[in-house]
Amino acid sequence: MNRASAVTKTSSRPVSDQRLRLLAAAMKRHQHRPDALIEVLHTAQELYGHLELELLLYIAHSLRLPPSQVYGVATFYHFFSLEPKGAHSGVVCMGTACYVKGAAQLLSTLEQKTGIQAGETTPDRQFSLMTARCLGACGIAPAVVFDDQLEGHQTADTICDRLHTCLSATE
Amino acid sequence: MTIPVSNPPQKPCRIRCCTVGGCLSANSLAVKQQLETAVTAAGLDDQVTVSGVGCMGLCSQGPLVQIDPSGELYAKVMPDQAVQIVAQAGGTGHGDRIGRAESEPHEFVRQNANATAAHPLTPLSATLPFFTRQHRIVLENSGLIDPERIEDYRAARGYEALHQSLRDMPPAAVIDVITRSGLRGRGGAGYPTGLKWATVAKMPPGQKYVVCNADEGDPGAYMDRSVLESDPHRVLEGMAIAAYAVGANQGYIYVRGEYPLAISHLQTAIRQAKRHGLLGSQIFDSPFDFRVDLRIGAGAFVCGEETALMASIEGKRGIPRPRPPYPAESGLWGCPSLINNVETFANIAPIIRNGADWFAAIGTAHSKGTKVFSLTGNVQHAGLIEVPMGISLRTVVATMGQGAPDGAQVKAVQTGGPSGGCVPAAAFDTPVDYESLKALGSIMGSGGMIVMDEHTRMVEVAQFFMEFCMDESCGKCIPCRAGTVQLYQLLTKFKNHQATPADLDQLETLCDMVKHTSLCGLGQAAPNPVLSTLRYFRNEYLAAMEPFPHHVQA
Repeated sequence: MNRASAVTKTSSRPVSDQRLRLLAAAMKRHQHRPDALIEVLHTAQELYGHLELELLLYIAHSLRLPPSQVYGVATFYHFFSLEPKGAHSGVVCMGTACYVKGAAQLLSTLEQKTGIQAGETTPDRQFSLMTARCLGACGIAPAVVFDDQLEGHQTADTICDRLHTCLSATE
Repeated sequence: MTIPVSNPPQKPCRIRCCTVGGCLSANSLAVKQQLETAVTAAGLDDQVTVSGVGCMGLCSQGPLVQIDPSGELYAKVMPDQAVQIVAQAGGTGHGDRIGRAESEPHEFVRQNANATAAHPLTPLSATLPFFTRQHRIVLENSGLIDPERIEDYRAARGYEALHQSLRDMPPAAVIDVITRSGLRGRGGAGYPTGLKWATVAKMPPGQKYVVCNADEGDPGAYMDRSVLESDPHRVLEGMAIAAYAVGANQGYIYVRGEYPLAISHLQTAIRQAKRHGLLGSQIFDSPFDFRVDLRIGAGAFVCGEETALMASIEGKRGIPRPRPPYPAESGLWGCPSLINNVETFANIAPIIRNGADWFAAIGTAHSKGTKVFSLTGNVQHAGLIEVPMGISLRTVVATMGQGAPDGAQVKAVQTGGPSGGCVPAAAFDTPVDYESLKALGSIMGSGGMIVMDEHTRMVEVAQFFMEFCMDESCGKCIPCRAGTVQLYQLLTKFKNHQATPADLDQLETLCDMVKHTSLCGLGQAAPNPVLSTLRYFRNEYLAAMEPFPHHVQA
């Protein structure tokens, strides 16, 4: 996804396109109620991939909320990202069950392979490495998620294979 | 208008394939597809049903497939083994029972007899203690019904309890049954459920809310996820009964964003229940109205705290506020609100159906009923179990879980997540109930039970949890915001063998302060993992004050 196309830099209103229409429809469905803010942010992030400031301003205006509150909510929750993500993503679960089964080693393997730290995106914007609190896949720990595909019983070898397949999927 | 339940004729044989949770990640959808193809190929379409069902429990061995009525259970099933399973279902022993002409399935079995050589099936004994020591109430339908079919739930006596309540019981009688059953909140704190309901019911009539806390944040715990994925209608029914009892007409389920399948199954369930007239207006032709909306969390552990959860439902940052007033008096938008955990609501329908005495007969004097645990970590049989209260930790870990893999010794069990503590192996004869676990310095918690073997370093475990609390502190009150950072730094010194005796004193003083001065449960309980490891594994902290290398074995 092209980062520049998401929102124009100059106007305080995002470019009118299909995504914006869908977002407006979602807000209308919630009758522009201020308490629907989190639901609306979920929809916005689904549509745009991340939440740019202009988009947050537009939402604030539509729900008649102070921009500070919208910004506060968007930055409070881990789920919302104000930065664009890479084309592919890898999430290492750091829940307790995964932790005692060696999730920290899996994470450091991925950090070495990709040259980035957890929470960062590679400079070519191909891959974002993240950690999760607990994915609820404790029965098959340690678990990782590559591009929304959850897999359990991981080892350093299998995780490198998965990283490779995940990255080569674009080319 | 409530649609009456109608049961289609049953086929004599049923193959159940788990299509949620861990099994789903292990490719169980492909297994189910292959099973369906194999059934058609064998010409058994009129004899054998293939159902996608919820969690069967032994998640570490997934994907799991079970055959009815014989009860044969297979672990780690691969898609190319589907043919063998269908042959098993249609051939061995069932040929006569399912009334099929001898030739067809048996022909099929013969043809595929050789296909088995490459990947022989892994049968699991249904008499494993992992299964036999369980007492299933909350999970009674898990792994048996298709969670996406309301017909399955109703065929398993679903919504009968709601019908019974609306038809025969005034709200006060419902609350009385719940109170007498002795049910206590399954979210962790163990507050008597009946008492909470009575408080909300006593508030003056007007707008009231029922809220289901499905923000299962404790790392290493996934009971609620499994209940929502495997049997979502059970939670809706519990909420509807609660709403009737306290006089609410609107419910919210606050579910974690990390659980997409649970969200999807809940959405399906709500839609189906509306269509069947089990949610909405005039349920079962009574004057009772009840609607349920979903609220999706956005990744904040503190939102499991009830006041933070309500702030989040209102679209705000999930920050707790001091109590009182309790949500029962002033909750969502200032209205009286009943907040219960998923598992608490899941217990309601069976209690109404079977009566308070039935439930109160299970468990111990002060902890009634059963508890679902996710038994995970360094344990051979990891998965979801539901056991009667009062069972010993040893039975759970050694008998049901079969101990640690590779012959390692089990060192401790961690319960209660970041708010709980580590129970050492020496105390494994303790019965599992709210009071006993508290006396050991841990808590029942929501049901995470993480087994740690001899290779686990307890200082690092304490540091792991402190890092969690530090990251998840909402920052409102200083003891939690700053205290967790200081504690984390101290623990890092221990981990790196740079700690001094003064650091140990400081650690203990600070734990005490954070525990007693934080605003909400997150901060108040954050020192628990440190305190419990200090209590039982102090020598590891002492060893950590000496320079590398150390040879201390706990």
